[in-house]
Amino acid sequence: MPKQLELSRRLFLKSSAVAGGGFALAISVPFAASANAEAGAQELTAFVTIHPDNKVTIIGKNPEIGQGIKTMLPMLIAEELDADWDDVSIEQADTNAAKYGLQLAGGSFATPMNWMPMRQAGAAARAMLMGAAAQRWNVDVSALATEPGRVVQPGTNRSATFGELASDAVLQPVPDPASLTLKDQADFRIIGRAIGGIDSPKIVRGEPIFGVDTQLEGMVYAAYERSPVFGARLVSADLEAAKAQPGVIDAFIVEGNGNATELVDGIAVIADNWWLANKARSALAPVWDNGEWESHSTAGYAAAAQEYWAAGGGEVFAEKGDVDTGFAEAAQTFEAEYHYPFLAHVPMEPMNCTALYNDDGSIEMWAPSQTPQGGQGSVANYLGITPDKVTVHITRMGGGFGRRLNNDYMVQVAAIAKQMPGTPVQLIWSREDDVRSDFYRPAGWHRLRAGVDEAGKLTTWADHFVSFDLGGGQFNPATMPADEFPAKYVDNLRFEQHMMRTAVPMGALRAPTSNAMAFVMQSFLDEVAHATGKDLPTLMLELTDGVEAEPMTMGFIGPQPGFSAPRLQAVTRKVLEMSPWGEEMPEGHALGFGFYYSHMGYFAEVVEASLNAGNRPVVHNVWCAGDVGRQIINPFGALNQVNGAIIDGLGQAMQLAVEIEGGAAKQSNFHNYPLPRMPMTPDIHVEWVLSDNDPTGLGEPALPPVIPALTNALFALTGKRVRSLPIRPEMFA
Amino acid sequence: MTFSITINGETREIDAPGDMPLLWALRNELGMVGTKFGCGIGMCGACTVHVDGQATRSCSLPLSAVGDKQVSTIEALGQTPVGQALQQAWLDEDVMQCGYCQAGQLMNATALLNNNPNPTDDEISAAMSGNICRCACYGRIHEAIAKVARDEETANA
Repeated sequence: MPKQLELSRRLFLKSSAVAGGGFALAISVPFAASANAEAGAQELTAFVTIHPDNKVTIIGKNPEIGQGIKTMLPMLIAEELDADWDDVSIEQADTNAAKYGLQLAGGSFATPMNWMPMRQAGAAARAMLMGAAAQRWNVDVSALATEPGRVVQPGTNRSATFGELASDAVLQPVPDPASLTLKDQADFRIIGRAIGGIDSPKIVRGEPIFGVDTQLEGMVYAAYERSPVFGARLVSADLEAAKAQPGVIDAFIVEGNGNATELVDGIAVIADNWWLANKARSALAPVWDNGEWESHSTAGYAAAAQEYWAAGGGEVFAEKGDVDTGFAEAAQTFEAEYHYPFLAHVPMEPMNCTALYNDDGSIEMWAPSQTPQGGQGSVANYLGITPDKVTVHITRMGGGFGRRLNNDYMVQVAAIAKQMPGTPVQLIWSREDDVRSDFYRPAGWHRLRAGVDEAGKLTTWADHFVSFDLGGGQFNPATMPADEFPAKYVDNLRFEQHMMRTAVPMGALRAPTSNAMAFVMQSFLDEVAHATGKDLPTLMLELTDGVEAEPMTMGFIGPQPGFSAPRLQAVTRKVLEMSPWGEEMPEGHALGFGFYYSHMGYFAEVVEASLNAGNRPVVHNVWCAGDVGRQIINPFGALNQVNGAIIDGLGQAMQLAVEIEGGAAKQSNFHNYPLPRMPMTPDIHVEWVLSDNDPTGLGEPALPPVIPALTNALFALTGKRVRSLPIRPEMFA
Repeated sequence: MTFSITINGETREIDAPGDMPLLWALRNELGMVGTKFGCGIGMCGACTVHVDGQATRSCSLPLSAVGDKQVSTIEALGQTPVGQALQQAWLDEDVMQCGYCQAGQLMNATALLNNNPNPTDDEISAAMSGNICRCACYGRIHEAIAKVARDEETANA
């Protein structure tokens, strides 16, 4: 039986007439009860307007960060409406939780969350158009069908465009959701078609579309000086010296609100050109009280991890069987220490936000935010006003990757704008600000142990994990899931942890936790596999042999399919088939394998790598088998996400790290935080395993497995095991 | 200080300090925001414009150094045959994800094809290596450029 989210039985529709004979339909679909219900995301809403000229306008409610959602969600509605895609235009919604439900770009949630409701919305509109035609032609609705953009009566020459029917459709009764039939997959005309990004024509012409392109009459620019040391407080600054710099209009101190995810102490410099504002920062001579935090460093954290490992006795967060007996009885035991660094997000569009604070105490904002509703709430709190006084326009974003889940730049510009009512102000961060004031992917340290029995079977698995306590109340990416693979498939298990205090801000980076765990766990499993005379995919298949798919479970978006070992097995077998796994490789080349399950997606990847003369890894090919359900909604966007995620992961593995020294980030820009560039792009071969499950998201799950696939390939090539990222050429010298 | 600079064939007066990078004169003085700020140190290529036909990082070019050279930007790219062909190829290949770096990619790619109408795969990669795409749409950028080069070759055959 296909596993799918339940078709909602409750569908609320509100139709209204549009001037000139159009038909607007607002469809609300209550969210299945879920862990997120308290977050106010109880329903999803779609807005469709059919104009008399047959044009269809669909509101794109979610923020667009390059994941393609502004194109994809309307495809779902247009499919079931049976619209002609060429007639569809899409408008970006403003932030409004009451009207649109949850507006979020994150967690690869949008696809599974919207797959059914958006199609139901389109089907409801189609039913009303057909009802209008049935009435007009005095026939039973069952005699009618639709073709793109029109209702027809097959066998006759009766035909009316949606636009012609719109004014009648608005008078139709709201359909009973039970009467709505969704299309069969085989009949899809829009879903499954490679459709280009809806904003792309504007982008290639250089039209203003991103947050930082916002221009308002009389707008001024702000730069924000904050301490490079996290957790520091401002003591003093030479505001007069900054004000004396060319072009500077004002400079003033902004006091933090005690919440580093919102507002830290700093100095705002205002000018009529951002470059002048930013340049004037050098005259500020700020004095900071760094407190205890300036003693913090990556090296210090690493040393502390060693101490925790030596002392033992961490907080146990997963345990079964008896690991001590397991290790005592094991025929072979393994032990290794793994580490991964802090990482920055560095979306290409630096953090920015534009705000206009009005004399009546309200504020209007143009915000590139992945969580505009969260930003709206933070700004309202900070200003002491109700959220309805905070108007937030959602702009297209030059990348997100999780950075814009935090809205510190929104609160910063609100604090600045409040000092200058009536004047629009655009805050822009330099790239240095961005790299040095991020919410980093947490660094982590793992001391792993494994035991196998006489038959070579993995029986015992233990990890002492050291990472950071980020305080309560926020999503903590510095965690390790209690069921981290292969926890479920061993007899004896113990996961324990120590969480260190820190002022270094951390947050979710594309595939949070998974981007770190995949490297650690799939590498250590590869160690076990090699030492027991098999390869990693064989070990993965053995561990999950005969294991059935787990039942539906309750996730962020409501009921979702549980982990499926058969899907793991299918993508693993597929990638071995696609790649030259087991075949002789060219001299100096080797293959490595990695699998990871995250965000409901199953990805198995094989990397072909060599080392260049400088002992730097060169990736030649990546084979990728992915299972995100039975339907790829937009093959254009889907492949772009997978290719991008793979290159992103390779960059993390090969060359990226943020190091903390003296309580501050040492890296500052692309010269020392070197993102992947075109010459390092491998040939990437992607195939889909279409399993009978509802489609799920693709922004993240292709990333994690490529990292261990690369490090495992380097082991196969050199016999040297990468246990710390990023990969250092010296280890192969 | 006032500078008189030719941008997209039009002479513009800019009253700003001579050390202001061309990028910030374009964006904040003239409101031409198609040219993007990415790093400010010439490492990412998002701010690429043409100066006398050469791809140039406008974040690192002071106004005082522009002189009487001809500046052209993404806003005028569609007025040249190669630029227009590349814009179309970008759409046909659905190159972009977030799209923020693409103005710079397109300007750099146009300069490449203007100088070398038939680049090899390695020449494309080398010429484009100064332009970062954080979404890593490199495969499609490469293919779009190669496609335009192939089409031009066919058209001229």
